[in-house]
Amino acid sequence: MIGYKRKKKDFGFDEGDDLKKIKKSKQLQLFFSVFRLSACTFGGGFVIVPLMKKRFVEELGWLDEQEMLDIAAIAQSSPGAVAVNTSILVGYRVSGVSGALLAVGGTVIPPLVIISVISMFYQAFRDNAIVSLVMAGLLCGVAAVIFDVVFDMLKPILQKRQLLPILVFAGAFVAIRYFDVNMILVIFLCGVIGALETLYDGKRKKEL
Amino acid sequence: MIYLELFWSFFQIGLFSIGGGYAAMPLIQHQVMEVHSWITETQFADIVTIAEMTPGPVAINSATFVGTLTAGLPGAIAATLGCIVPSCTIVMLLAYLYYRFRNMKMIQGILSGIRPAVIAMIFSAGMNLFFTAVSGAASLPGSLSEINSKAVVIFIGAFFILRKWKISPIWAMLGSGAAGLILFSLA
Repeated sequence: MIGYKRKKKDFGFDEGDDLKKIKKSKQLQLFFSVFRLSACTFGGGFVIVPLMKKRFVEELGWLDEQEMLDIAAIAQSSPGAVAVNTSILVGYRVSGVSGALLAVGGTVIPPLVIISVISMFYQAFRDNAIVSLVMAGLLCGVAAVIFDVVFDMLKPILQKRQLLPILVFAGAFVAIRYFDVNMILVIFLCGVIGALETLYDGKRKKEL
Repeated sequence: MIYLELFWSFFQIGLFSIGGGYAAMPLIQHQVMEVHSWITETQFADIVTIAEMTPGPVAINSATFVGTLTAGLPGAIAATLGCIVPSCTIVMLLAYLYYRFRNMKMIQGILSGIRPAVIAMIFSAGMNLFFTAVSGAASLPGSLSEINSKAVVIFIGAFFILRKWKISPIWAMLGSGAAGLILFSLA
């Protein structure tokens, strides 16, 4: 947190600074942001998306919310870990290929270090009472963070009262949660719905 | 050479596990137990438990674990690299395409169809985690007695503080961990 505040101050004073320095501090900020998120993200998979949304959309303002959702969809549909894929996309957006590689580094170093250390005494770790109590509490906190972000993202959709996005949300939720439909199939079908709507809209505009 | 073997095994895992997380588990099991006999069944069960208990993607955690057990830290690095190389190349290409074409009207339309579904996926992931946190299983518990009231209190507390004071999610999680240690150790 302290590092981040200092960087922010630097940005305020940067009028005389050269671009290189700004770029470098942005890359550092990127690296340490994903590093911290990766070190704290329990639960894997999609859990990193709401955390990244908080950090990169709300706190840093580097991406907009729609972009974050697009990134999550691409990350989910690509091979590999969702958290790694999301980091690659965010890093690429912030600072090109070097940004993507930095973000991947920031994502894999925490689990690499933590697991390497734990693997030496993992039986003790697995059976440790304190660890499991902290873990149980942490899970509640992570769930709360996800619900907080979902509330924020649903708000604009519900406020605009557009029927289609609300239906897509509800349909996708039921399909994934209660019918175990493959997520990539859901993404594909919703993409088709979006494409058809665009075609229909274009046609309607021509007729008017 | 063991490092190359680790790299290649996890390269295949990284390449063929689409959707991440537990989709990768059967692939990992196949590679590390059937193709190579790097670890035993009990060790694999431990890996799954530890991967859940520690931060980071399950595939990366397993790669590090298997790599360390078979060939120490260099093994862990080789396995992790193998795991991320396919992602790095494929996703980087997709990132390029996305930023190049996302302003096209048709692409915009497709993406706006997908966005509500992504929110639904995040919501579903949150529900899994919520039920795991309060009852130990990923779906709605059968009876109220299976619900841990202390866990519900921590969840509601964290949620309330997040909504009201907009604190950083990292503090909300660390605070919940501390609250868990205190509340759950009280009999």
